[in-house]
Amino acid sequence: MIERYLAQMSTYAGSIDGLILLVAVLVGFWFFAAEGMLFWLVWKFRERPGQKSQYLTGTEHHIKRWITWPHALVLVCDVFIVIGSIRVWNEVKQTLPEPDSTIRIIGQQWAWTFQHPGPDNELDTPDDIFTVDALHIEVEKVYHFKLESRDVLHSFSVPVFRIKQDALPGRSITGWFEATMTGEHDIQCAEICGIGHGVMAARIFIEDAGQHAAWVAANSNSTTP
Amino acid sequence: MSDTAGAATQGEHHAHEDHHGPQGLLKYIWSTDHKMIGMQYMFTGMFMAVIGGFMAYVFRMQLAFPGMNVPGFGQVSPGEYNALVTNHGTIMIFWVAMPVLIAAFGNFLIPLMIGADDMVFPRINRLSFQIFFLSAVILLASLFVQGGGFGGAWTAYPPLSAVAEYNQTNLGSSMWLIAVALEFVAFLLGGINFITTLMNSRAPGMKAYDIPLVAWMIVIASILFMLSVGPLIAGAVMLLFDQTLGTGFYDPARGGDPILWQHLFWFFGHPEVYVVLLPAIGVTIEIIATFARKKVFGYKLMLYTTVATGVLSFFVWAHHQFIAGIDPRMANIFTITTLLISVPIAELCFVIIATLYGGSIRLTTPMLWALAFMAEFLIGGVTGIFLGASGADIFFHDTYFVLAHFHYTFFPIAIIGTFAAFTYWFPKMFGKMMNDTLGKIHFWGTVIPFNFIFIPLFILGLGGQHRRIYNYQHFPELAGADMYVLRQIATIALLVMLAFQLVFFFNCIKSWMSGEKAGRNPWKSNTLEWTTESPPPHGNWPVDEMPNVYRGPYEYAHPDREEDYWPQNEPN
Amino acid sequence: MKPIATTRSATGIPTGRLAIWWVLASEVVIFGGLLGSYLMHRLGHPEWANAAAHTNVWFGATNTFVLLTSSFTAVLAHQAAEAGNGKKAAGLLLMTMGGALTFLVIKSIEWTNEIMHGYTITANGFWSFYYTAAGLHGLHVIAGAIVMGFIAFDAYRGRELQRVELIGIYWHFVDVVWIFLFPLLYIAK
Ligand code: HEA
Ligand code: HEA
Ligand code: CUA
Ligand SMILES: [Cu+2]
Repeated sequence: MIERYLAQMSTYAGSIDGLILLVAVLVGFWFFAAEGMLFWLVWKFRERPGQKSQYLTGTEHHIKRWITWPHALVLVCDVFIVIGSIRVWNEVKQTLPEPDSTIRIIGQQWAWTFQHPGPDNELDTPDDIFTVDALHIEVEKVYHFKLESRDVLHSFSVPVFRIKQDALPGRSITGWFEATMTGEHDIQCAEICGIGHGVMAARIFIEDAGQHAAWVAANSNSTTP
Repeated sequence: MSDTAGAATQGEHHAHEDHHGPQGLLKYIWSTDHKMIGMQYMFTGMFMAVIGGFMAYVFRMQLAFPGMNVPGFGQVSPGEYNALVTNHGTIMIFWVAMPVLIAAFGNFLIPLMIGADDMVFPRINRLSFQIFFLSAVILLASLFVQGGGFGGAWTAYPPLSAVAEYNQTNLGSSMWLIAVALEFVAFLLGGINFITTLMNSRAPGMKAYDIPLVAWMIVIASILFMLSVGPLIAGAVMLLFDQTLGTGFYDPARGGDPILWQHLFWFFGHPEVYVVLLPAIGVTIEIIATFARKKVFGYKLMLYTTVATGVLSFFVWAHHQFIAGIDPRMANIFTITTLLISVPIAELCFVIIATLYGGSIRLTTPMLWALAFMAEFLIGGVTGIFLGASGADIFFHDTYFVLAHFHYTFFPIAIIGTFAAFTYWFPKMFGKMMNDTLGKIHFWGTVIPFNFIFIPLFILGLGGQHRRIYNYQHFPELAGADMYVLRQIATIALLVMLAFQLVFFFNCIKSWMSGEKAGRNPWKSNTLEWTTESPPPHGNWPVDEMPNVYRGPYEYAHPDREEDYWPQNEPN
Repeated sequence: MKPIATTRSATGIPTGRLAIWWVLASEVVIFGGLLGSYLMHRLGHPEWANAAAHTNVWFGATNTFVLLTSSFTAVLAHQAAEAGNGKKAAGLLLMTMGGALTFLVIKSIEWTNEIMHGYTITANGFWSFYYTAAGLHGLHVIAGAIVMGFIAFDAYRGRELQRVELIGIYWHFVDVVWIFLFPLLYIAK
């Protein structure tokens, strides 16, 4: 459903979109059934001269089952949605696959600072590469990110990855992603963070191994901003 | 029941004269009469709705045509944009939905529907409105102080809301917070009144299951409000101290915790959405029963389901915080509870729909509004399930999908439901019938554009557009021409809708001045408010004609009777 | 003339008493939210015990005693009102107000002391909670005492005697809140 509007570019984007489709099918069915019933009843029982309406209390068994059955079935649908949801949640937020590389992402009013590990692939070493509002990663590599904030809440969101995580001052939150395609896409700040919230944009550059190595080599001398 | 019966009882009104109190204009301002207080709430709410609507107009213009000079406002700066969005949300929920659906209709209807002459604490009732009015004044004033209105979203997450250095609206944020806190106090006072009035002042013979559902719904909503808002009041005091005294309740650097506020806010915030939903459901069921000439399908079922919804609503709050940095294991629990709540709400919807079965449906204007509420709310309800599924919310959180979800719930509740109630009880409130043709023009002119505003916003949400961003030009993927087309459709639909509101105001004034006389019971309804004059006199009924109750409120088309309705106060 | 609505009692419970219980229900959640937040923080910050060690248990204990005594006179006032003795009820209410005043005086001495030692509301998280919780409670004491004055005034003239009971219920609540605050703020080290 969503891939019509937004490319799927991470390993779990497909799972999230699949879950959304599952929910769409299940609630879509009930939605159309309920709307259909509503309009049909309004038409079927429209006022006709001289015709009195029926006296039904809603406690008659043969009528009540029109409520009790759907209501039990909704519960069954809920079970399917919960199972699907928890599986996806587990995949994205509760498991951390072994990283190929780790980056640090720092939000502050109103810019993103990205700390890349540099040539030695170790974070917090002198050769780290710092960039502002531009994140460079390599395709098909598992990245861990350590998300921090220097002031207020921000939220790191990459729509094409379907990933989103709030950044909190005083905490470092770890998450992961793995890109499946190369390209250049938007990073948005998804939590209101003051007047500049609307300009807190960044770009993610997903490069193949060669390009990425070249970028690392070209930038490994940069210093802390 | 004839109209002339009222004239014979004119003399009785003198008995009430001595507690009329002040005269002249002051009579309206200092009145303790529940109907007058209800009106005060309603007109304040209506006024605030116009302001909230105007704000929506300004920022929707900015979103569709960034940087333009919005007629009637001018250039929208980022700070102003944030303040407009924040205060639009706050006003629409706390100064429109609650005062109109709960306070205005609660005040007007509860005593009339239970056959009482007033609330049990008339003076507390007046105090409640006065505090409410003060809160509205403070909120509006906050938009004009130095630095501008508060712009940290209606959820006011700290540290942004707590530290002036971050939000740059030193005065605005404190005034916003004080206004909201005062509004809570007003509704606590009003709520205590509603609850005790319903419990104690029912007409002789009126048992718990003879109370019209809308009165139940308003009271259950008040109880929900009362039991959920407390922690947030404490939280608001802490936030105020953080803002003004410099404490660090929400500052992690000083041992505080920003997430605490989110818990306190949403522990209230989620029940709050049902606080406004329930009265709208009550209004809908009342209207549908009357115009389908049908007994409500399973009165007790409905009541118990409502209570179940209320109880469950206390256990779902963290679905707003799935990705806020809470323990990921908690998300699983809250996904389960959130999805569970679809069961009672689905049941409420099914009961409303089932009530139509076997009816004889008259499509008057109030009935159209009630049916539209049901049809549109379903969209809002089912899209909530997408968000409740934690895995999907990773993507949806804070996108326009969420925004469209809750406008598809709030708009049906606060605007469609309000119009339903307003057009249904207008004859009782003002003694005149509303013009049905104008009413229908207004109806279609509101409901059709409504869908054209928010369907495009769903699609924008699916395209990854986030909320509270004043200008999308900084996001290359959101700045495409096709995206702007969607935004412009939404804005133009809003303009159309706003234009049709003029029809409503025109209809109100015209009907009020020269409408057809309504008589006591124009809709041939059963509930007690229709047994007195329109508008009801001070004291509602002559002292010696206070109604007694003999049966439930929905005895339409009873097989033993010639007439297809059976007022609650008619002896067998 | 009072509205008929105020004279009815479909539940059999007097409306005033019903209302006061609902007031207390909403107060319970307010204090519940505040104390719940405090407890969560306190468990997360064992070092706050050092700050808590600087509270003065003796002041706290005396105030507990003062409030309990005032609750007792409130009960006696209720009894007197039941018996129809408005003057006596008013006198006992005055004594309760005296208790409230004593409580506030002790509190202000205590706070002055603490503030002079630099333990202000912004000193650290513990003191923030300490002043907020005790301050909110103190506001309830002040509000209760003022309302009590009006009720005593009426009771003295033999009017609205049923209100003596209502303010008593409220006063017990204020007392109970203190019973929670005292160990949580003063004793837990
Ligand atoms: C009155 C308003 C109202 C109502 C009634 C609801 C109802 C629901 N809401 Fe909504 N919601 C809001 C107002 C409301 N909401 C607001 C204001 C926000 C955003 C706040 C902000 O961040 O600013 C929000 C945000 C919000 C979120 C957080 C999104 C995010 O920020 O990431 C979630 C997540 O779970 C959610 C879920 C639900 C659910 C499950 C319901 C359920 O109650 C819906 C139940 C109804 C149905 C399901 C329809 C009827 C049933 C059927 C037709 C049967 C078929 C169904 C199934 C098979 C399941 N809502
Ligand atoms: C009850 C709640 C309610 C209502 C009715 C509305 C109504 C509308 N809302 Fe609002 N909105 C919110 C609650 C509501 N909103 C909230 C909570 C937010 C989030 C704020 C935040 O992020 O902090 C929000 C945010 C929000 C945004 C997001 C901005 C952003 O994130 O950048 C947008 C964008 O288009 C929007 C648009 C609209 C529009 C076009 C309407 C139109 O439908 C408005 C049309 C209004 C009218 C036509 C008024 C008609 C009424 C009368 C004439 C009076 C009748 C009265 C009586 C009869 C008594 N709203
Ligand atoms: Cu950073 Cu919004
Ligand atoms: Cu919710």
